[in-house]
Amino acid sequence: MKEIINLPVSKIGEEEYHINMGPQHPSTHGVLRLVVSLEGEIVKSLKPHCGYIHRGIEKMCEKDTYPQVIHLTDRMDYLSAHINNHAVCLLVEKALEIEVPERVRYIRTIMDELTRIQSHQLWWSSFGMDLGGLTCFFYGLRDREMILDIWEETTGSRFLQSYNCPGGLMQDIHPNFQKKVHAFLKTFKKKIKDYDRILSGNVIFENRSQGVGILSKEDAISYGVTGPSGRGSGWSCDIRKIEPYSMYGKVHFNEVLRYECDTYSRYMVRMQEMHESMNIIEQLIDNIPAGDHSARMKAVIKLPAGEYFQRVESARGELGVYVVSDGNKTPYRMKFRTPSFCNLGVLDHISRDMKIADLVAIGASLDLVIPDIDR
Amino acid sequence: MDNDSLKARILEIVPDAQPEENKQYLTLAVPAARLYDLALKLRDNPELAFDYLFCLSGVDYGKQLAVVYHLSSTQHKHALVIKVKTDDRENPGFDTVSDIWHTADFHERETFDMFGIRFNRHPDLRRIFLDEDWKGYPLRKDYVDEVNIVEF
Repeated sequence: MKEIINLPVSKIGEEEYHINMGPQHPSTHGVLRLVVSLEGEIVKSLKPHCGYIHRGIEKMCEKDTYPQVIHLTDRMDYLSAHINNHAVCLLVEKALEIEVPERVRYIRTIMDELTRIQSHQLWWSSFGMDLGGLTCFFYGLRDREMILDIWEETTGSRFLQSYNCPGGLMQDIHPNFQKKVHAFLKTFKKKIKDYDRILSGNVIFENRSQGVGILSKEDAISYGVTGPSGRGSGWSCDIRKIEPYSMYGKVHFNEVLRYECDTYSRYMVRMQEMHESMNIIEQLIDNIPAGDHSARMKAVIKLPAGEYFQRVESARGELGVYVVSDGNKTPYRMKFRTPSFCNLGVLDHISRDMKIADLVAIGASLDLVIPDIDR
Repeated sequence: MDNDSLKARILEIVPDAQPEENKQYLTLAVPAARLYDLALKLRDNPELAFDYLFCLSGVDYGKQLAVVYHLSSTQHKHALVIKVKTDDRENPGFDTVSDIWHTADFHERETFDMFGIRFNRHPDLRRIFLDEDWKGYPLRKDYVDEVNIVEF
């Protein structure tokens, strides 16, 4: 207060001021606090404050066995729970040099793509809502429900499945699985046209997103902005193409790239990725080979001493799992390189000199999941 | 560039780099004093062009504290792991690489938060997840917290 009173009269109204956006704010999608420096309505800089939902997952992993670790990974990026499980399983299988049955690889890939679709549906819902279109929220959640029902039937859980386990799957798919996935694809192909009609060609939406939050390809690489956000800047960073795992080396799909580098471009990448994901599922769903749903594993899983790294493409970008093993049944050190954590790092850079309303659009276009940042 | 020629090139830049055994990536431990210089050359040399730091992790090896850099090149598609280690557990510190790869900014803050490793010349070295007045560095192996950690 004292500083303000002592300012010369001509300076009043010109000084920079700071506001807290969050930790409880609808457009931060969780408990993230951004301290924004403003000059009028223009964002001069911002500092993210994380840790409100930090649970110390990496420390907990050091006390847990590998099958137990799987359950913790669900709780990082809960919208790509299945993909996070997949990453740890692939790492354990790589370290133990285990070949999983063909059936497992098919089912895992289909589940990954269902995860990607439902994650993008929820992102689309909240993106629309952040920009003032409440209808989007109802449409997205309505269609996402079909995928959650499929999961509930097969995995027993709607949200945090922990369906993968080292060597295979917890249980086999439900007899209705294929029928229901077909029904979902048929329905969603019609519904996704509505998504485009509401937002993609909408003049208000285009004005709010085009030319906002420019992220050049060089910056995307330097800041490590991966996933649809990186591909919206024309950076070919899809791990499914770079280091194919499970069935990704054998199915045909396009890596969606856009070159406008703005919020609209990141939006369009995710919209087209949903089509690509449906394309992948269609190639696999009728050809799931018969066989076991798990490889034979020892009761106690011990990784040989050494260091291992596994990269997978989650719905938000590159998820890296780094394990230092000393030969015991628990990891000596486990590190998760989570996509949201790296994508958050660029928020300050791309929202400078934008309006505070644009910050909401930019934040939504990066598709941050806060527990994925804090871990 | 394949791993053998990559290794030869790095040994040219840092002759006392120690290759380590790793099935997946070429791994080299380098002296802390040469880290910044090597990092700059790794990024700027057009044949190496390591422009993407895809993981930066702190590791407590018991006696030593280490920082592990996972690097790859978006242009040449090769990958590399660089390690720096220190015996100093009281006041460990390395040079920052956050001006070379911007993603290191947050990762180094996390490593500082969890391992107490300082990064010289880092623009904003504060704890990132824990409170400013938190005592100790939780991911160190000798960390004791009788309140929050329940031993079974």
